[in-house]
Amino acid sequence: MTREEWYNALEERQGAELVRRLSESCVAVCGLGGLGSNVAISLARAGVGTLWLFDFDRVDISNLHRQQYKISQLGMHKTDAMKELVSEINPYCNVITHTVRLTEENLSLVSDCDIVCECFDNAECKAMLVNTVAERYPDKYIVSASGMSGLHTGNTITTKKLGKRLYICGDGESDVKDDITLFAPRVMLCASHQANTVLRIIAGKFEV
Amino acid sequence: MVTINGEEKNVQGKTVASYLNENGYDIKRVAVELNGDILPKSQYEGTALKDGDSVEIVSFVGGG
Repeated sequence: MTREEWYNALEERQGAELVRRLSESCVAVCGLGGLGSNVAISLARAGVGTLWLFDFDRVDISNLHRQQYKISQLGMHKTDAMKELVSEINPYCNVITHTVRLTEENLSLVSDCDIVCECFDNAECKAMLVNTVAERYPDKYIVSASGMSGLHTGNTITTKKLGKRLYICGDGESDVKDDITLFAPRVMLCASHQANTVLRIIAGKFEV
Repeated sequence: MVTINGEEKNVQGKTVASYLNENGYDIKRVAVELNGDILPKSQYEGTALKDGDSVEIVSFVGGG
């Protein structure tokens, strides 16, 4: 599959203008677990030009029930495993990986991206990323997630907008510490809200 | 009155930090929108709520 074939196939479906905008966009996916692995794959399929992937962890057997990795990838860094998966779907997506734990000290790593997806699992880390990026980089869009655990109805997963550039997907309340676990469909619903929001921002549709 | 998460509350004069503390929020898990902008955490202590302010408080929960 040549680059031209890939882009022609996208243009037939999405139109040349949107494909151009997508191919010029740069999105950071911070955390590559249940949310981030699904967000990254959706964005790669849609034709986002550059993905910056951040995670410090390795693929574990306990991830397979909701994350996009495969048995053959057990033990790999999630950054390398996701780069491999993306390359098998859209080899013309430019993937830049950072195998690090993002903290307030190294958050400048996201500074080249237009849109930052918060896909962490820890509540304090989520708040840290959202607040730090909003304060330091007020021109960036942030697409965050809160509340997608358990087997609750899927109908409570929504996207809310705060301020001009912060979007929060999820039901806002189901906490994994109460629900014990997460299931692939509900996490993917939330990740799909995030990926959809990213695509809408790139398309110039900023309302929810 | 101050509108907080859609409800009118008689809390003008309180700082954002004291409102969060008195209402059981964990400051390490929240993001606060004040009148359309995300309020930096460093300003929670020094920002007093005023009559007519509109506030949205998001308290993040775990899972991802």
